[in-house]
Order: sequence, then structure tokens, then C-alpha cells
Amino acid sequence: MEALPLDEKINDLKVVLKVEDFQQLLDALIRRDYQVVGPTLKEGAVVYDSLTRVSQLPAGWTDEQQAGHYSLKKRSDQAYFGYGVGPQSWKKFLFPPRITLWKQKSPGEAPEPAELPQDAPRYAFLGVRACELKAITLQDQVFLTGPFIDPIYQARREKVFIVAVNCGQAGANCFCASVGSGPQVTQGYDLALTEVTAAPEAYFLVEVGSQAGQTLLNEVTHRPATGKEVAEARQVVERAASEMSKSLATADLKDFLYTNYENPYWAEVAGRCLACANCTLVCPTCFCTSPEDVSDLTGQVTEHRRRWDSCFSLDFSYLHGGSVRPSRQSRYRQWLTHKLGTWQDQFGEIGCVGCGRCITWCPVGIDLTTEIRALRQAAATLTAGTETNPKSDER
Amino acid sequence: MLSSATKKPKLAVWKFASCDGCQLSLLDCEDELLAIAGALTIAKFPEASRAFARGPYDLSLVEGSITTPDDVERIKRIRQQSKLLVTIGACATAGGIQALRNFQDVNEYIRLVYAHPEYITTLDRSTPIADHVKVDFELRGCPISKTQLLEVITAFLNGRRPRLSNYSVCEECKLRGTVCLAVAEDVNCLGPVTQAGCGALCPAYRRGCFGCFGPRENLNLPSLVAWWQSELGLKPAQVELALRTMNAWSPPFKEASENL
Ligand code: SF4
Ligand code: SF4
Ligand code: SF4
Ligand code: SF4
Repeated sequence: MEALPLDEKINDLKVVLKVEDFQQLLDALIRRDYQVVGPTLKEGAVVYDSLTRVSQLPAGWTDEQQAGHYSLKKRSDQAYFGYGVGPQSWKKFLFPPRITLWKQKSPGEAPEPAELPQDAPRYAFLGVRACELKAITLQDQVFLTGPFIDPIYQARREKVFIVAVNCGQAGANCFCASVGSGPQVTQGYDLALTEVTAAPEAYFLVEVGSQAGQTLLNEVTHRPATGKEVAEARQVVERAASEMSKSLATADLKDFLYTNYENPYWAEVAGRCLACANCTLVCPTCFCTSPEDVSDLTGQVTEHRRRWDSCFSLDFSYLHGGSVRPSRQSRYRQWLTHKLGTWQDQFGEIGCVGCGRCITWCPVGIDLTTEIRALRQAAATLTAGTETNPKSDER
Repeated sequence: MLSSATKKPKLAVWKFASCDGCQLSLLDCEDELLAIAGALTIAKFPEASRAFARGPYDLSLVEGSITTPDDVERIKRIRQQSKLLVTIGACATAGGIQALRNFQDVNEYIRLVYAHPEYITTLDRSTPIADHVKVDFELRGCPISKTQLLEVITAFLNGRRPRLSNYSVCEECKLRGTVCLAVAEDVNCLGPVTQAGCGALCPAYRRGCFGCFGPRENLNLPSLVAWWQSELGLKPAQVELALRTMNAWSPPFKEASENL
């Protein structure tokens, strides 16, 4: 992101972009050599892919999500952003699923980096939701802070232009409000849109979040918003917030998880969990990878590659002599304990933004909010059991 | 690493009950075939050439399952002559589609299929190579993946361990950005319990995973099957159909299909 200090005036700026002028926004981005990526329909879902026309957006579609289920439905209007988050997240652009880090043509030669920072793609993200913006800032902490900066992520991240979108509805698996990441976007964007469809004429209320956003907006037909329009846009986000039924109580989560390694309920989840890794791969904050070294038949030409991996795969925790997490139970516990507990020690907050992807895209519908509740219940039952039955201490 | 001063290692390809599809993967390595032929002496590979060189062999690739009394003896001889024995494909590693007969009375089949059943000498079960001799390495798939085969040969030539996946097909699906069919289309996909290696080919063409790379480590079939029945409405007969294909005789699939 081209982050420049914002003056107060820009921050307060709210303008109206008419739906018929929306294409101008894409055109302006494309003129500036951005590769615009955003939501589009593919394989029965809303996925993020390259766009050049607003007609490629899933206008008039919405999604229905349950634990382990996803389906597209027609809307009664032509809203461009009338659905929740899909199976993919923006991390696939900033943190590519597979990438070659370096190549070596022969044992004597110096390895060459496969991608130089100046060659990294220049993306404009169109339609980033509040929880997703938060997820990007969480990955910023992972890849851009501390002694080791990830140059692949950094090169992409520095170039990216972000057009955020406020959510107008909450999906059944969303719980961003309870973890404080949405549904309203508050920072980290260049432009933020709120789509108002109910008015006689549909429009976007646009907020400017950066100098780059301001400059771009100048190339797009717009006018100042009226007080009524600002209020209408606010109602859109308020509706999303009020619709949200799922929640995660985060206050004492770390302490709870740190004192519940032996909670018997982990075995119950492991009975259902497939250790398939889908939850971690769809999660917009999970950042684990495995390195791979490959060679040609002669062993002369070699490549060092990196691909997404997950704490649910056996080899991921392979240390000298074997894997430290052979059981599904230990892998599921690792996922929740890292995401919601140890992440706080590493980065100062939890690693979950409440997007609900891990719930929808788990092929057996395992829901971390339900599992946390059940773990708490199991812990409470155990404590109650020891209190009413002092003899159990005698063992 | 094999120095150029030493003799080129000898490769042999052997066939048991199978369709030849896995051997064909070796011929399919068009671009790399010359390099392979340059690095190895192809001592026996009937699908490619009638030439035959005597053993011992440094690397034996074995395709197919054991289905006749003669097979049982032949695989022992091959083992004795092979430094490294790698089984290739679902037939060799799990018994193959022909192991469906293991669930039935094979003599009934013989009576139905052959005009002269008395000419047929067969075992009542189709079994994987590892049931009979020590196997150094198993390459899964129906057919195997050309990339994995090349990796095994490359690793062998360079004296290192092959780098092969033991995670789920789901990981490959997510890495290539395929939308999950199980979730978005209620398809009874075997991906979560199947070992990766194919690159999630079928889901990419909007077909659920058929499980041709066989059971992955620590798989949880009972949970997946319970979900299929409760959430996708599959009847036991449909579940059985999904579990009894190329890897029907692999212990986890066999057990799950027998407990419906
Ligand atoms: S843990 Fe689940 S709900 Fe939380 S950010 Fe990851 S995918 Fe979204
Ligand atoms: S939850 Fe697992 S996959 Fe995700 S970041 Fe933590 S260790 Fe990595
Ligand atoms: S919680 Fe669900 S998605 Fe995650 S590994 Fe287990 S079964 Fe797979
Ligand atoms: S389509 Fe099948 S293999 Fe792919 S993620 Fe879904 S369940 Fe796994």
C-alpha cells in the first residue's frame, strides 16, 4: 500500500460514486498499471480473480453458508457486493501458495533468486472486507516485523492498492464483531466503499483512506455525499452487525487454552476432525509453509521452493526422529491453541478475525466457536466434578 | 551420488495383474525419457523394448497385483535380483480394482466368465506386492503420477530420499485454488482421506476425488462416512460404491466398507 500520512480533511471525505460510473474506478486502476483482482463467480462460489470490467463481479448473487456447506443464491437486487467472504482470501496474492525462491544452474554457480522485488505483481484489491483487512495486518506482523522480513510478501504488499467494502449483511458463520475486526472497515485502505442498494438509485458511498486513494478518486466521476446518504450507508453496516449471530468470547482465551492441554474434549473433536488441513489453508491469517528442494535427474540443476503447509499434516512437525504431532488430537489442539492462544504471545493479539471460512470449508463442519464453548463446558464439568467429589483427588 | 566412472545402474520394469497404465507413465516422461535412458541402463521394459538384460537389477519398478500361484513365485525371484524394489500403482500397492473379487467367491466368477473354467488357475484374492516380499518404496496412484515417478528415479540416482507427499488431496486442491466440491456441491469427495500426489486432478475437473492414491496417514474414514450419511444423505450402498474402487482392499477402505 502506498501509505502516506493522511490529513484530517481526507479522512473525513465522503463522496458518492454512482453505480454507472463504477467502471471508471477500474479503468483508473488499470491505467495506473494495477492488476485488478476481486470477487467473481467460479466453480459455484465467489472467488478472487483478475478483473477488467465491473460486469465480471457477481452482481445479483449472494451466498448461503453453514458449517460444511456453501451455496450461491440469486438476490432480489443487482448488488455488486451482496455476499460474504468466499473460500479464498487475499493471502493467495500476497503470500503465494507455491513459489520458487531460488534456482541454481550448477553446483559451482551462485543461486539466483527466482523473483526480484521489482518484478513482483502490482495488485489492486477490489472488495476487501473489514475482517480481511484485519487479516492482512495480522500477516503484515508475521512477514514484515521482527528480524526476518519476507521479501516476497514485502514486494507485493508495498505495491498493493486496497479498495475495501463495508459488509451489508453477515453470513451465518461470521463473527467479526465479537473479535473486533468488523463489519465496518476502519483503517488500512486506500478507498472504502459502502454499497447502498435500497435507495431509488443504487450508489456507493466512498471514503478516502490515503493520498493514493484521493489521487485515484480524482480520475473518477463523483460528488460530495449528502447527510442522508451518509446515514443510509451507516445503516447498511449496522444491519450487518445486528445480523451477526455467531460469537467467540476472547477475554480469557489464552489462559484457558494454556491450562487445558489435557482437556478430554480434544479427543472428542479429534473423533470428527479429518486432519485434512482445509481450515488452515482457507484461513486468511495462517502462514505456515514447507520448503522443498528439487533437482533434475543429473542432480546439477536445483531449485528451492516454498509451498503452503499446515499443522494438520504429519511431515509439517517432523523433527529429528519423527513427527511431534502424530495424532489428530494433537494437530487440532495445535491449530486452536496457536490461532487463539500462543499467537497472542507472538503478536500481541489473537490470530482469528472471525471470517468463518474454517467453519464453512471444513468438509465435516467443525466450528471453532462451538468447539471452544464445548471445551469450556468440559473444563467446567471437570472442575465441578472435583469439587463435589473430593475423593477424585485421592488417585 | 553415482559417479560417471561407475557402471550405469540397471532399471527393470515388471508387470503383474494390471492394465499397463503405470508403466505407460514412464513412457509418458517424453521430455525426460532420453535423460533417463542416459542415466540408467533399461535392462527390462517390455512395453518399450524387447531387449532384455539379465539381473541383478539396481532398481526394479513393479506394477500389478499378485493373483496367481505363479505370481507368488515370480515376485520372490524378482525380489532376490533387485537391490531396490519400488511398487508402482494401486494394483501393486493395494491389490487394485481386481481386488473387488476378494469380497466375493472367485470360483463363481470363473464359472460365469470363462467357457472352460478348468483352464483357469488363480488365487482367490488379489493382493499387494508387499504381502509377499519386502518393498522398499510404494508409489501410489491409478495410474501413478509421472512427476512422482521422476522424483523417485531422480532421488535414486542422486542417492537421496524421494520427496513425496503424505498429506491430503485437500491440500493440493487448496494450493491450486479449486473450490471445494464437498462443501459447495455436496459431493462425496474422498480427498480428505486420500494421499496427495495427483495434484487434485479430479476436483479441478469438478469430480470428487475417487481415492486412487489410497488412504493417507491418520485418515478418519468413519467421520467422513458419517458426514456423507447424515449431511449428504448417502445410503450405505452408495458409500460402499465410493469406497470399493482401486484401493478397495487397502485396510482402512476395506474396513470402512465392511462396517456400513
Ligand atoms: S480461524 Fe477461522 S474464522 Fe478465524 S480467521 Fe481463520 S478462517 Fe477465519
Ligand atoms: S494454526 Fe497451524 S497452520 Fe495456522 S499458523 Fe498456526 S501452526 Fe501454522
Ligand atoms: S477442523 Fe475440519 S477442515 Fe480442519 S483439519 Fe479438521 S476436518 Fe479438516
Ligand atoms: S474438493 Fe475434495 S479434495 Fe478438494 S478440498 Fe474439497 S474435499 Fe478436499
